[in-house]
Amino acid sequence: MSEQESDKGHHPRPLSPAALRAKAIESLLVEKGLLASDAIDSVVEIYEKDVGPLNGAKVVARAWSDPGYKRRLLEDGTPAIAELGFGGLQGEHMVVVENTPRVHNVVCCTLCSCYPWPVLGLPPTWYKSLAYRSRIVREPRAVLREFGLELAESVEIRVWDSSAEIRYLVLPERPPATAEMSEGDLASLVTRDSLIGVARVETSQQAISNG
Amino acid sequence: MDNYDRLFGNAGYIARRIASDISGPAAIPRRNGEPVFSEPWESRIFGAAVALCERGLFEWDEFRERLISEIASADAQANVAAPAASTYYEHFLSALERLLIDKGICAEEEIEQLTNAESRDAHDHH
Repeated sequence: MSEQESDKGHHPRPLSPAALRAKAIESLLVEKGLLASDAIDSVVEIYEKDVGPLNGAKVVARAWSDPGYKRRLLEDGTPAIAELGFGGLQGEHMVVVENTPRVHNVVCCTLCSCYPWPVLGLPPTWYKSLAYRSRIVREPRAVLREFGLELAESVEIRVWDSSAEIRYLVLPERPPATAEMSEGDLASLVTRDSLIGVARVETSQQAISNG
Repeated sequence: MDNYDRLFGNAGYIARRIASDISGPAAIPRRNGEPVFSEPWESRIFGAAVALCERGLFEWDEFRERLISEIASADAQANVAAPAASTYYEHFLSALERLLIDKGICAEEEIEQLTNAESRDAHDHH
């Protein structure tokens, strides 16, 4: 292949070398009978949609609704999360850190990309970036601002560095005016970013008023 | 260190549990600002690696070791000169390719040939 062959005007978007290579490997594996194309689809679907941050959102909604559960969750995260039927955490100790008006928690993994998959699904791309991994420790306030999260100078920011043994989950603050909401409705407000600590949980009305 | 292996050992179990979970009343809409994968090929290669591991073609640890070293060497180079140009999934792809070759599942030449063929195909489609 030469550069001259590329048809600049008519290509919607040429595939990157990595995309071509990934495609080649997939075809090769299918050709060899090692992989069915729909097996890939189902894996991706499970991790992208089904696992998602849904499990973590349910944990948070339960903690907001049930003070006894919240106490157990903050005391020892792993068994409290397992109470809701979310396993796959063998060997990993889950520590849940609570956001308050005075303390904001944010999670990272400075070494690589340790992440509580069973409760949060697939990690976002930026979580694994060197920029996030290094900067969130040095200048958390500035990084959070880039995520659109402005914190008052009086708020203490605590950065938690995950490891193979310990995974952190942020318990965000419950948004105001949600006292009437059911646990299921509350869970639907909780985003993945809020569980990592780079966003607040907001109701749709707050989101509108904040632009 | 990464801990993917523990999870992927349970992939089938997790899949079944989640499947039953999602059919219930708790199947709620998600609001995640950011796409998990920035390009389709990234999710394809991720799915391929998990599916192969589930089929027992390799241990997740074997893949994980290669992925960690790909990332580490890119990080090291990034400190010397410019920021790393490669993305996480480019490392993921390289690690999987290396593993398939090391395990004798695919030959390096086969991958080269097919990549070139895909590249020609891409250019012919207009």
